[in-house]
Amino acid sequence: MSELQSNWLDEAKALIGHEYGKVYAWDAVNQPMIRQWCEALGVDNPLYLDGETAQQRFGAHVAPPTMLQAWVLAGIKGLYPPGSATDNPYEVLQLIERHGYASVVAVNSEQEYFRYLKEGDRLSFTSMIESVSEEKTTGLGTGFFVTQLLSFYDQHDAKVGQMRFRLFKFRPASAKPAAEKPSRPMPGISDDNRFFWDGLKARKLLIQRCTACGTLRNPPGPACPACHSLLSDSIEASGRGRIYSYTVVHYPTLPGVPAANPVGLIELEEGVRLVAGLVGVAADAVRIGSEVSLEFLECANELTLPVFRPLGGAA
Amino acid sequence: MSAQGISFDQVKVGDKLPELAIPVTVELVVASAIATRDFFPGHHDLQAAQQLGSKHIFMNILTTNGLVERYVGAWAGAEALIASVKIRLGAPNYPGDCMTMQGEVSEKDAAAQALTVSLRGVNSMGDHVSGTVKLLFAQGALA
Repeated sequence: MSELQSNWLDEAKALIGHEYGKVYAWDAVNQPMIRQWCEALGVDNPLYLDGETAQQRFGAHVAPPTMLQAWVLAGIKGLYPPGSATDNPYEVLQLIERHGYASVVAVNSEQEYFRYLKEGDRLSFTSMIESVSEEKTTGLGTGFFVTQLLSFYDQHDAKVGQMRFRLFKFRPASAKPAAEKPSRPMPGISDDNRFFWDGLKARKLLIQRCTACGTLRNPPGPACPACHSLLSDSIEASGRGRIYSYTVVHYPTLPGVPAANPVGLIELEEGVRLVAGLVGVAADAVRIGSEVSLEFLECANELTLPVFRPLGGAA
Repeated sequence: MSAQGISFDQVKVGDKLPELAIPVTVELVVASAIATRDFFPGHHDLQAAQQLGSKHIFMNILTTNGLVERYVGAWAGAEALIASVKIRLGAPNYPGDCMTMQGEVSEKDAAAQALTVSLRGVNSMGDHVSGTVKLLFAQGALA
């Protein structure tokens, strides 16, 4: 764990034990919402539905215990009733999220009921962060287990139930550090050069070869400049070469490209030349004759471009 | 449900609950999310769910809690009161799937007239839910 991480994690852990709330229920416990809950979930327990069973046992209609939290949810507009606290019980999750753990999954829910809720009960709840784990890695990714304890009270401030809720706030295992793919203009792709662009997608720089006389050529074209044959195949370039010539493009500028953009005419060790961007070198440090090696630049729109990086020391 | 439910005296640790297959439908997911007052878009809006990386709308946790109550309650009968529902959450419940509930009696406390049922709800991807429900049979409990 880095020192940087321990600082904000200490900040998160300082929120453990802080109580948030109270937040009130919009509606008193009521029979129409109980009946609709039973209908939706397929619950047919006479204790909730026939009136008599609950009357005999509790002297009133009672609510299914697992409805506990439903009574106090904010509802469609995400607002709590007037009089509810406006502090933010999710600040610890937001703090973790700001440090790169955007995903969340519920892991455990443990509800305990201290008495059955009766028609007319008016609930409220408080919440508290009970624990924040050290950084853990699971099959889903890397992050923190956060346990929240919700306490539910009736209109007499008697505790009627509680709920322990554990979340995993994580960075998915598959998520790469968010490096945006750069945007570059699309080349004109035709039947004559499609192999070249397809090769780049497969991270291969292909050089067209005349199958009649064996001459290599670049850029791709329909006919061999040496023997005029229309038959060709390709070989894969080694990726080694040197700067034959170069220019620095100042205008037009492209989004995401340095304003002084060095572009090389690269002579590959196979003998052909191609125009490609130079990376890892400032425009005023480019030297003709420098040895370069091939890299692939993956761009948006499924375009991959060849670029070349000068090798240190060569001039 | 069985009008009578089980007889506490005759229940033994290891007794199996009958399996219950619950088809997961759009109707069940949406109606139950609304009935539990959970208006999170991933529980009723297909496009919102897909933007979250889910293949379909997915069942909310309060519905899972309620279905656990339904399963155990239908077996135990109206005399059984629920003292706790402790669950671990796993694979999501998407419409088109089917969750099969399985359970057995894992603890019995004759003095307290309490039973613990261990259960799981399995769908095509594995355990959607697993956990325990504690039941009380004593007169005057949880009143």
